Amino acid sequence: MSDAATTTSDMPKEQSGSSARFYSIWLIAAIALIVLPLIFSSGGSLTSFSLIGIAIIFALSYNILLGQTGLLSFGHAVHYGLGGFIAVHAMNAVANYNWPLPLPFIPLIGGIGGVAFAILVGWVMTKRAGTVFAMISLGIGELVASSSLILRSMFGGEAGITTDRTALPHMFGWTFGPQLQVYYLIAFWVMISAIAMYALTRTPLGRICNAVRDNPERVEFIGYDPHVVRYLAYGFAGFFAGIAGGLAAINFEIANSAYLGATQSGLVLFAAFIGGAAYFFGPILGAILVTYLQLGLTNLTTVWQLYFGIIFIGIVMFAPGGIAGLLMMHRPLIRAGSLGMVIPSYLMAAIPTLALALGVILSIETVARYTASEGEGNIINLLGIPFNATAPVTWIVAALLVVGGFLVARLTWRRVAEAWDRAATVARDRGYLA
Amino acid sequence: MLELIVISTLNGVLFGMLLFLLSSGLTVIFSMMGVLNFAHASFYMLGAFFGYQLTKWIGFWPALVLAPLLVGAVGMAVERYGLRNTHKHGHVAELLLTFGLAFAIEEIVSMIWGKSPMDYRIPAALDFPAFTVFSTNYPAYKIFMLVVSVAIFVALLIVLKRTRVGLIVQAALTHPSMVGHLGHNVGRVFMVVFGVGSALAGLAGVIAGPSLVTQSDMAGLLGPILFVVIVFGGLGSLPGAFIASLLIGLIQTFAVALNGSLASAFGPLDPSLGPSVLTDIWNVTIAQIAPILPYVLLVLILIFRPMGLLGTRET
Amino acid sequence: MTAAIEVNAVQKHFGNVSIIRDLNLSVAKGERHAIIGPNGAGKSTTFNLISGHLKPSSGEIRLNGGVISGLRPFEINRRGLSRSFQVTNVFARMTVWENVRCAVLWATGHRYAFWKNVDHLPEVKQRTAEILDDIHLSHRRDVPAGLLTYAEQRELEIGITIAGGANVIMLDEPTAGMSHAETERAVALIRRLTEGRTLVIVEHDMSVVFGLADRISVLVYGHIIASGTPEEIRANPKVREAYLGEEGH
Ligand SMILES: Nc1ncnc2c1ncn2[C@@H]1O[C@H](COP(=O)(O)OP(=O)(O)OP(=O)(O)O)[C@@H](O)[C@H]1O
Ligand SMILES: [Mg+2]
Repeated sequence: MSDAATTTSDMPKEQSGSSARFYSIWLIAAIALIVLPLIFSSGGSLTSFSLIGIAIIFALSYNILLGQTGLLSFGHAVHYGLGGFIAVHAMNAVANYNWPLPLPFIPLIGGIGGVAFAILVGWVMTKRAGTVFAMISLGIGELVASSSLILRSMFGGEAGITTDRTALPHMFGWTFGPQLQVYYLIAFWVMISAIAMYALTRTPLGRICNAVRDNPERVEFIGYDPHVVRYLAYGFAGFFAGIAGGLAAINFEIANSAYLGATQSGLVLFAAFIGGAAYFFGPILGAILVTYLQLGLTNLTTVWQLYFGIIFIGIVMFAPGGIAGLLMMHRPLIRAGSLGMVIPSYLMAAIPTLALALGVILSIETVARYTASEGEGNIINLLGIPFNATAPVTWIVAALLVVGGFLVARLTWRRVAEAWDRAATVARDRGYLA
Repeated sequence: MLELIVISTLNGVLFGMLLFLLSSGLTVIFSMMGVLNFAHASFYMLGAFFGYQLTKWIGFWPALVLAPLLVGAVGMAVERYGLRNTHKHGHVAELLLTFGLAFAIEEIVSMIWGKSPMDYRIPAALDFPAFTVFSTNYPAYKIFMLVVSVAIFVALLIVLKRTRVGLIVQAALTHPSMVGHLGHNVGRVFMVVFGVGSALAGLAGVIAGPSLVTQSDMAGLLGPILFVVIVFGGLGSLPGAFIASLLIGLIQTFAVALNGSLASAFGPLDPSLGPSVLTDIWNVTIAQIAPILPYVLLVLILIFRPMGLLGTRET
Repeated sequence: MTAAIEVNAVQKHFGNVSIIRDLNLSVAKGERHAIIGPNGAGKSTTFNLISGHLKPSSGEIRLNGGVISGLRPFEINRRGLSRSFQVTNVFARMTVWENVRCAVLWATGHRYAFWKNVDHLPEVKQRTAEILDDIHLSHRRDVPAGLLTYAEQRELEIGITIAGGANVIMLDEPTAGMSHAETERAVALIRRLTEGRTLVIVEHDMSVVFGLADRISVLVYGHIIASGTPEEIRANPKVREAYLGEEGH
C-alpha cells in the first residue's frame, strides 16, 4: 500500500516533464506546417505539400487498424473515396442551395461519410480478425469499386463528379482558390486529425485496441468483446479516412472511382507499413516518402510502381518494423553511447548495397526501354551517366553491378550484424535494452 | 432459353473447374503453411504469359508442359528465398510479402509485355466446334479445358489419397497443428507443396489464356474472386473450395448471360423522376452486376455463416 | 445459500471423443477448491467450459445462481468470474503496467471510453499500482510482457486474472514450472489475493493443494470420482487407487 501511494504521488511530476516535451513536439509540428510554404513557395512544392498532408491523415487512419488493432485491411480506400464523394456532393449542394456552410467544414462531412459506411459494413467485417478480415476487406473494396461504376448518378461513372471549391461561402475572406489557401486548410486538418488520432491511442479504447492486437483471446477474459473493439476501431479509421478523402476532393475539385479503388488501398498500406506501423509517427514518415516517391518517380521512369513493389518487398523481408522501426532500434544504442560501434560497418555496407541498387535500376530500365513498343528513347540517365539500353555494354555493366553488388553486400551485411550484436551487448550491459 | 441454360451450365462448370484449379492450391498452401498466398493469381497470370511466349517460340503443346513447370519453379523460389525468411515475422508479414509480390509481378509483366491484350490464339488442332447445341457451336477448346481441369482434379484426388506427401497434406488439412511435427524435412515439403500449387495455377493460366483474355490486369481481376471462393468455402477446406468454385463459376456465368433488368421486367420508370440512384438500379442489367455478385455472396456468407460453407477454423 | 459455481451433468465431446462425461461440481462461496487429476483428465477443459471458452455439449453451469453456460467469456467475466491460463497468455508487446491496467479498465467502468485520457484516471492508476505491488512486479512495470522471465510471466498472469476484482477466481496450474522458492512465494500471493473470494485452482503439486484447499475434487477421465475435504480425499480408497497411488504419493 505505501509503495502504491508513493508511486501515485510521483506520477504528476514525471508526467508534467513528459507532457512539456510532448506539447513542444506538437508545437514544432504546427510551426513547421505554417512556415513550410513560406520557405518552399513554388507552385510545385505547394501541391506536393498538400498531397503529403492528405496522405498523412489517410495513412494515420489506416494505422488505427494495422498498427493499433492488428487489422490488415486491403480496402481502406473505400472510406477515403466515399468521404471524397460525399464531400463533392455536399460542396455542390452547398453551392446550389446557398447553404451557409464554409469550405473548411467540408472535410468533416467527408469524415461523416466515411464513418457512416464503416458503421454499415463494419459489424460484419470485424466479426473475424486475421486473414479472414484481410480477405473480406478486399472483397468489400471490390464490391464498392464495382458498384461505383454502376451507380452513375452518385459516382459519375468513369469521369467522376466535379465541383468548384470557390463557390462555397468564404471564410475570413479566403476564397480557397489559390493553392496556398488550400494548403493551409489541409495543414489545419492534418494538425487536428493527427492530434485526435494520437489522443485516441491514449484512451481506454485505444489501449484495449492494442490488447486486441496482441491477444484477442485473452481480451475476452478481462471483460471485453474483441468484436466490439474492432468495430469501434474500424469506425474511427473510416472517419479519419473520410476526412482525408474530403480534403482530396477539395484539393482536386473532383471525386472519381480511382479514389476508392484497389490501387489507393494498396498505396495507403504501403505508406503505413514502409513508415512503420508499430509507432504513431511511422505512417507519417511513410506517407511523406510514398507521396514524394510517387511524385518524383513518375517523372523519371515509366515503371515507378515496380520500384514501389520492390521497396515494399525489401522492407517486409529485411525491416518489418519499417523506417520508424529502424530508427527506434538505434535509440538504446544512442543512449548507451555505443552507436559509434556500428557506424563504420554501415558505411562499408552502403557502397556495395548502393551498387546493387544501381544495378537493379539499370536492369529494370534497360528491360523497360527494350520492350517499350513506342520509341521512348533508349538513353537511360543514371547519376548523370548516359547508358544506351540497346548496347551490350549497358547489359554487362548492369549484370556486374547486380551480381558483384549482391556478393559483396552480403559479406558486408554480415559484418553489420556482428557489429550490431556487439553494440547491443554493450547497450544491454549499460542497462539500456529491456 | 434451354439453349442458354445448357451453354451457360457448360461454361459455368468450366469456369468453376478453373477456379478450383487455383483455389485448391491456395487452400492446401494455406492449410499447411498458414499463409494466404496473395500472389496466387499472379502465378496464374505468369502461366498465361509464359504459355503465350513459349507457344510463339516452340508451339502450344510443349508450352502446355513447360510453362507450368517454369511457374512452379518461380513459386518454389518464392517459398525458399522469400517466405521462409519472412516466416519468423509472422503471418501478416508473409501475407504482405505475397501482396508486394503480386504488385511487382503485375508491374513486371506489363513492363515486358505491355498493358494491351496478347494475341494468344487457340491452337489450330483444337480450333473447331466440338458440337452444336441448338444453334450454338460449342468450341472444342473449351471441352479441352474442361478435360484438362477434370483430369488434374482426379490426379489430385489420387495423389492426396495414395501418396506420402498426399497423406501429409491431408493430415495438415484436418490437424493444422500436426504440421509442426513433420520433422526436419518440413521445409522441403513446404517448398514442394508451394511449387505444385503455383504450377497448378500456372497450368490454369496456360489453358485459360487463349480462351479468356491474356492481359497484365488478369491477376488483379481474378485474384479477389479467388479469395471470395476460399473464404466462402471455408478457409482450409478443400471440399468447401470445390463447392464454392463451382457455385461462383455458375453464378457468374449465368449472370453474364442474362440481360434482364428491373426496367425490362416492370417497364421503365417515370422519366420525370430524373436520374437518381433508383433509376441506376432500375436500369442496371443482371449482366452488369455479374462482377459484384461474388462479393455479395461473400457478405451474405459472413452474415449467416462466418466460418464459411464447410469451414471449421477460427483464423 | 447459492453456490458460487454449480456444474450440473455437463458433457463435452470433441468430434466423437468424449472428454468430459457427466461432470457435477459445486463450489461454495468463499471456498478454496482444488481440482486434481492425472494429465489429460480434462481439468483445463473444465476451466474452459466454466469460463465460456468452450460451450458444453450438454448440461448446465451456474455462477452465483445464474445460468452462464452458453454465454461468451466476456459476459461471464462481467458477472464476476476471472480465470488464468495454464500456458501463459498475456499481451506480449505491451508493458507490464499496460497489461494490468487493461485488465482493470472494464471493472472500473471505463469500458470502451474514447473520450477519457487513460493516464488521468486516478482509480485505475491506483488499482494498477496496487496489483503490480501485490505481484512484485512494480520494478518491471515498463518492460514489455514478452520479455519477462517465465516466473514473472506467471505472476503477471495471476495479476491480470485478479485485476478486475472478480469474486470467483480460477487459476490453472499457477505454479507449474516454478522453482520451490518461487512456488512458495506464489502460494502466499494466491492465499493473500483471494482472501474473501472464491478460488478454484488446478494444481499438480500436492503440497500446494493440501496446504491451500478447503475442498478437493478429483477428476479422472472427465468424471469427478471424489469430492471432499483434504482429509476425506486422503482417506478415500478410490482416489488412492485411481490417482494418488499411481503418482506414488
Ligand atoms: N480443442 C480440443 N480438441 C480435441 N481434443 C481436445 C481439445 N482440448 C482438449 N482436448 C483433449 O481433451 C483431453 C483433456 O485435456 P485437458 O487439457 O483438459 O487436460 P488437463 O486435465 O488439463 O491435463 P494437464 O494436466 O496436462 O493440463 C486431452 O486428451 C486433450 O487432448
Ligand atoms: Mg491442463
